[in-house]
Amino acid sequence: MTAPILSIRNISKSFGGIHAVRDVSFDVHQGEILGLIGPNGSGKSTLFNSILGQLPPDNGTVEVKGTPVTGMRASKLNRLGVGRTFQQLSVFPQMTVLENIIVAGQEHKGTLTSRLFGPPDAGLTAAADQMIEFFRLTHLRDTPAGSLSFGQQKLVDVAMAFMAGPDLVLLDEPAGGVNLTMLAHLKERLIAYNAEHGTTFVVIEHNMEFVMSLCTRIVVLAEGAIIAEGTPAEIRANQTVIDAYLGG
Amino acid sequence: MRSLLRPFLIALLLLAAIVAPIGQGNYITYVLTSWLIFSIASMGLNLTLGYAGQISLAQASFMAIGAYTTALLTLAGWHWMAALVPALLLCFVIGLVLGYPALRVKGHFLAFVTLAFNTLVFLVLRNEDWLTGGNYGLVGMPRPDFGFFSTMKQHNFYYFTLAITIVAAAIMWWIVRSPWGRAFKALRENPIRAESLGVDTRRITLLAFAIGSAYGGLAGALVTPLVQFIEPGSFAVAHSFRILLMVVVGGAGFFFGPFLGAGVVILLPEMLRFTEGYYLIIYAALVILMLVFTPKGLIGVWDLLRNRLFGKAQIRADVKQEPTLK
Repeated sequence: MTAPILSIRNISKSFGGIHAVRDVSFDVHQGEILGLIGPNGSGKSTLFNSILGQLPPDNGTVEVKGTPVTGMRASKLNRLGVGRTFQQLSVFPQMTVLENIIVAGQEHKGTLTSRLFGPPDAGLTAAADQMIEFFRLTHLRDTPAGSLSFGQQKLVDVAMAFMAGPDLVLLDEPAGGVNLTMLAHLKERLIAYNAEHGTTFVVIEHNMEFVMSLCTRIVVLAEGAIIAEGTPAEIRANQTVIDAYLGG
Repeated sequence: MRSLLRPFLIALLLLAAIVAPIGQGNYITYVLTSWLIFSIASMGLNLTLGYAGQISLAQASFMAIGAYTTALLTLAGWHWMAALVPALLLCFVIGLVLGYPALRVKGHFLAFVTLAFNTLVFLVLRNEDWLTGGNYGLVGMPRPDFGFFSTMKQHNFYYFTLAITIVAAAIMWWIVRSPWGRAFKALRENPIRAESLGVDTRRITLLAFAIGSAYGGLAGALVTPLVQFIEPGSFAVAHSFRILLMVVVGGAGFFFGPFLGAGVVILLPEMLRFTEGYYLIIYAALVILMLVFTPKGLIGVWDLLRNRLFGKAQIRADVKQEPTLK
């Protein structure tokens, strides 16, 4: 087994008297597609935000490739090779698809000063076109991202997270609000990207069919704690998981 | 055709700016010079507000800092060009410091912080007589003389200001088209997403304030030799609102917006003077109508015309074509 790319140890987070996340620990290995599931209010998003520095945890540590990153600013974390998407649409609506993709990669090119004196596109147009082509959005390249359909914006959002060539991407409900055709397209592209680049994914998702067919391993949270961990087949058959979802 | 339209319009605008003062008296030339100077101040605010989305009601205070620094130094015998350097640096640094509250407060709270700063600068200018001349201001600042070209004549000063405006606009064009420009827009549209993509939103916010303020300082540095008399009232909060109006009327976040906005705010009242006592009422009504019908500013009118001439922009790209699933 290789060293974990993401290591979470004893993460806890409370809001007043509510324990949103309780002593959660798990590792994610290079190339894995890990699903993080659980009923509403199980602490998935709080855990995600704790990992990504948006909500500093009360206890516990987060390490990326062996580097402690607990509470680290999102921009620094991104430069360490961690990409993310958001539950809500988070493209830059007034910029074209191409500009959205370029801005997602430009901060990894040179220094702040060299970017001012360098080429306007930071030398990224060709790479951005490739990324746009990978997600089959070429016909929308010069369209303002805000005028795309919801599903198309989700694809742009994911493409932006991939543009800097991250080692680890955390996807927050990528299937939320996406129609079935687009969902199949998104899943196929995620699997293809993982196979081509060996990028590790951690996916929060409510769509069970999507997560079971995409992920290689699943961690289940309920009331802020891990209640099960295993392959999709194991999770499907786990009575504790079934009870948690059905309220048993 | 469309690709040639922009350079053609820029050339036309430049030509108009060059021929505008020909055959005009000193007063009209003075008004045209004011238009150029306020275009520079608006360009700065347009970067801070229009591109980076950080509200600032302190642009007049940076004009004041630029104007007073240049005035004090030129009165001490410095050449205007030499005095410009510390004036710009001072505005850049103070703008950087003013940007710090923007890291903590947003929207109308930030507006009030910058408003308070403008008031603070005004009070310092009015009360520190030993330095600023207080209410009486400073008078008698020389205009720049380059030996082969003196700006003493109003027309010469206009062309000198035009040259400075072109250089300032070229630098702004370069900034907004660079990766910095995209980072500013990302900050405006979704700061949390921008940060998650590696954009150092703190640095970019501070830079937006600092560069915008330096443009305010440049405009102020030009006011000094234009009027050769400066006093605190010329840089009060009301003037910051005027510059804000220029940015909004022209079209915030559009490169040519400040030129159009400054044109409306500076030139339109002059054009309406034939209506005598009614000119301010008509001017105010026209501005209200413009804001109601073209919320994107005058650039919005241009967008409408462009769509009429060259076909409507595709609003929803997926209406005609479903996402291709190969």
